[in-house]
Amino acid sequence: MENVNFLYDLLGRNIISVVLVISLPLMFVLVYALVAILAELKVSAWIQERLGPMRTGPWGIMQPIAEVVKLIQKEDITPDKSSKLLYNLAPFIIFTGAYAAFAVIPFSEYFVPAGINLGLFYIFAVGSISAIGIVMGGWASNNKYSLMGAMRSVAQLISYEVPAAMAVLSIVVLASTMNMQEINKLQTGWFWNWFIFGGPGTLAKIWVIPFTLGLGLIYFISSLAETNRVPFDIPEGESELVAGFHTEYGGMKFAMFFFAEYANMFVVAAVLTTIFLGGWNSPFNTFMQGPFWGVFWFVSKAFSVVLVQIWIRWTLPRFRVDQLMYIGWKVLLPLSFICFMAISLFVMLK
Amino acid sequence: MIQYIKNIWAGLSSSFIGMKITWKHLFVKKVTIQYPDQRFTLPEKARNRLYLEMSKCNGCNSCAIACPVNCITVETIRVSPNDPQQEVHFNGKDRKLWVSRYEIDFAKCCYCGLCTAACPSDAINHTTEYEYSEYKRENLVYKFQTLTPEQVIEKERLLAEFRTQEKVCHPETDKKPADNKTADKTTE
Repeated sequence: MENVNFLYDLLGRNIISVVLVISLPLMFVLVYALVAILAELKVSAWIQERLGPMRTGPWGIMQPIAEVVKLIQKEDITPDKSSKLLYNLAPFIIFTGAYAAFAVIPFSEYFVPAGINLGLFYIFAVGSISAIGIVMGGWASNNKYSLMGAMRSVAQLISYEVPAAMAVLSIVVLASTMNMQEINKLQTGWFWNWFIFGGPGTLAKIWVIPFTLGLGLIYFISSLAETNRVPFDIPEGESELVAGFHTEYGGMKFAMFFFAEYANMFVVAAVLTTIFLGGWNSPFNTFMQGPFWGVFWFVSKAFSVVLVQIWIRWTLPRFRVDQLMYIGWKVLLPLSFICFMAISLFVMLK
Repeated sequence: MIQYIKNIWAGLSSSFIGMKITWKHLFVKKVTIQYPDQRFTLPEKARNRLYLEMSKCNGCNSCAIACPVNCITVETIRVSPNDPQQEVHFNGKDRKLWVSRYEIDFAKCCYCGLCTAACPSDAINHTTEYEYSEYKRENLVYKFQTLTPEQVIEKERLLAEFRTQEKVCHPETDKKPADNKTADKTTE
């Protein structure tokens, strides 16, 4: 499929347009991370009936900027007995892994940095890079808590990659493409054309709606685990492991972990939006449909998913390690297999 | 198998119940009071910093006696009849004692309110003021005396003058307190 990208249309395919295409998501990530940090602070405060930050700027909206400034000013510490190279490399690898996924995220009909045919496959491939970064950081810190956090994180990531992949694969079976732009185009129209409601098709699709709904839930739960969010935040369980794999990190390197976490949250939310919630499509057929509104719909849908992640964080307590493994292998995996089989059967018989 | 499905259902439904609860709390009126801008209305009988109205104080020292932590220091001088400055109390009686020193150390004060109860003329009272932290401990010693040091010296001089006059005119009357003192000592 040909790349549809408004910047290439405008400027031609030269070095400037390529750099712009690469840096646009980066700018988006930086702004989004600040907004998400503020949302995290405010939502947590509101759920606990507090006001949250109120002093920095009107209603405290400058708080994330103040925090970033604080982190930049901090001393850059490298522990004496750490493995210096790996220690300093880890935050960058994690952020690279999180950012690389943005390459295939379709923000609009006319903007996707790289509209490759293996979009979903690519996301799962680069999504695992962050696990390498976590292991590197945890091991190089030369701290038992960091190492334990890193090991837990990898165990968790491996366990939950499988049900997430099964959920995505089921939708790939239904859509018969891995190109995220194509998947979005399939869901054009009313919101009942979204894959969470069985995708486009005749009334016969009513048989797959329970399964696609379940898959949406399965993917959401496993994406929480993949991004190390509460209730799956055992890699950084404060009560057990101080701060997990980033115990020894401070200043700007910690900020990289922080940004990577929020970028990862957006990536999984974007995947959920693309494959289940119609991506850049308007929920109401042609109402507000178009390349510009596409960005609006996509970002607002993905951000609502991020808000739900935040909401869950401040509702549920953390799982135990054995509970986490139980949910991953004994609940989500069999259920996702059942859904996969059912959807495959439906596609075969259709 | 049934237990397994029940478990899944319980886990899912209970998380949804929890989310419903937190969703409700999202829109509840917040309990935070933005302190320097908004203030909590103090209870009617709140005990905060003390204030002494010097015009009402008759220097009886009962507040200092009542104080459990000895944070009140009172020093008085008798009013000399020759003093050109004479004051009338709020109750219509003449002032008998000049209060040359009245200090409350709020670093020591425990806000028990016993001094206000002990005061016979309602001169000492709690205010609604509670923000008076200081960088130096000495600044927490509040001085309520209205007389200047010069005035105190002047009053002492007047009293001494009066005493000497009295001694010259009525030497017997002056002896009496001295006698009392010796008598006290012997009884003790």
